[in-house]
Amino acid sequence: MGLAKRIIPCLDVDAGRVVKGVNFVNIRDAGDPVEIARRYDEQGADELTFLDITASSDARDTMVHVVEAVAGEVFIPLTVGGGIRKMEDIRRMLNAGADKVSINTAAVFNPEFVQEASQHFGSQCIVVAIDAKQVSLAGEPLRWEVFTHGGRKPTGIDAIDWAKRMVDYGAGELLVTSMDRDGTRQGFDLPLTRTISEAVNVPVIASGGVGTLEHLADGVLEGKAEAVLAASIFHFGEFTIRQAKQVMADRGIEVRW
Amino acid sequence: MKTVSIIDYGMSNLHSVSKALEHVAEKNWQVTIGQDPSRILQADKIVFPGQGAIGNCMTLLHQTGMAEVIRHSLSNKPFLGLCLGLQTLLTFSEESGGTKGFDWATGTVRRFEEPLLDPHSGERLKIPHMGWNQVYATWPHPLWKGIPQGSRFYFVHSYYVDPQDSQMIAGTTPYGNLQFASALARDNVFAVQFHPEKSQQAGLTLLKNFLEW
Repeated sequence: MGLAKRIIPCLDVDAGRVVKGVNFVNIRDAGDPVEIARRYDEQGADELTFLDITASSDARDTMVHVVEAVAGEVFIPLTVGGGIRKMEDIRRMLNAGADKVSINTAAVFNPEFVQEASQHFGSQCIVVAIDAKQVSLAGEPLRWEVFTHGGRKPTGIDAIDWAKRMVDYGAGELLVTSMDRDGTRQGFDLPLTRTISEAVNVPVIASGGVGTLEHLADGVLEGKAEAVLAASIFHFGEFTIRQAKQVMADRGIEVRW
Repeated sequence: MKTVSIIDYGMSNLHSVSKALEHVAEKNWQVTIGQDPSRILQADKIVFPGQGAIGNCMTLLHQTGMAEVIRHSLSNKPFLGLCLGLQTLLTFSEESGGTKGFDWATGTVRRFEEPLLDPHSGERLKIPHMGWNQVYATWPHPLWKGIPQGSRFYFVHSYYVDPQDSQMIAGTTPYGNLQFASALARDNVFAVQFHPEKSQQAGLTLLKNFLEW
């Protein structure tokens, strides 16, 4: 017995409302972040991640209120990503009750931001999100590149080198999303997750492509991830977190009940 | 009205701790975030959460006058240390090139040795030790009331406390081949490595126990 592998539901928030049709039974307001967070907490979610997808900067302040409201009622770790570009963004989210922030694009454009953030706030609250796509051709050794803008823009940066560099800069955890798998429901890119997890000494969260509960277990057993993140399979009410943990436990993975 | 004061030295995320305490506090409790040393000294109970690097933390505690508040409170009122709020209570930490602590407990704060291997699977364990791990009480303490053995709490840390006097160890947690001290207690002081404010039911129970202690 010892440290449990974590299951992290991810919620997309637009102007203070959860989007992508969360579909719980008997929920009064399917867009209310507090109510949804409470449901996941009751089901045994180990952490929650909120991704702010608000396009207009005016509405960004609403995310702070969302975090405050959730942190006042749900006592598990909260991570906030999306639009974290400045030290002030981090300070506001942590003060609102977030435990970690996830930095993505801003890290690519200004890697020193990760260094500054981890030195100031501590590595424990700095997650670096890496969106990667396989760029090697059939027959070549596997190679992945970091992409931005939802997988549309290549950066020319090797994903494994980038992961190591971000850890050197103080990232306390890496959120690795396969842009090839995201939305496909075919499972994580296991070689990608495993290669990064074996290359660094901080926890890795696998993300992108979950379609079945077996995929979550695969992420831990074959992808060597310390945590698995999923959105749609939980949101649409197909599966509960508890069912996911049962599948993982049946395959010998330690989980928190 | 009784007050519990959370020590604010300008670094930690105190929102979570204060919200969790408010959540479990009876009406006769007032939860305050304390920046003024003289007011904190008047509180009935003290919570000292810490985050970040220990060198920076000790420097700020001295600059803000909180070091004196802590030293004083350690000797005379119910005191709950969280995370770095536990580590700073020892004599010395290996972190930040070597940092002197409050020496409430004789001992050293050590970094997890690498590589740290899982004794069963042989796989390499990550540092920081991050996530939900089990805590085993070594003796019955009022703060463990209603918390089953092996309950999981949320941890995030790369260093652990190694006190000289093993009788101070109130709880242990396994990581790799280590059984590290995840809680220390003596007299009016209880300090834990994990984050009860982020540990759902078990954590809230511990915080409630602290207010009732």
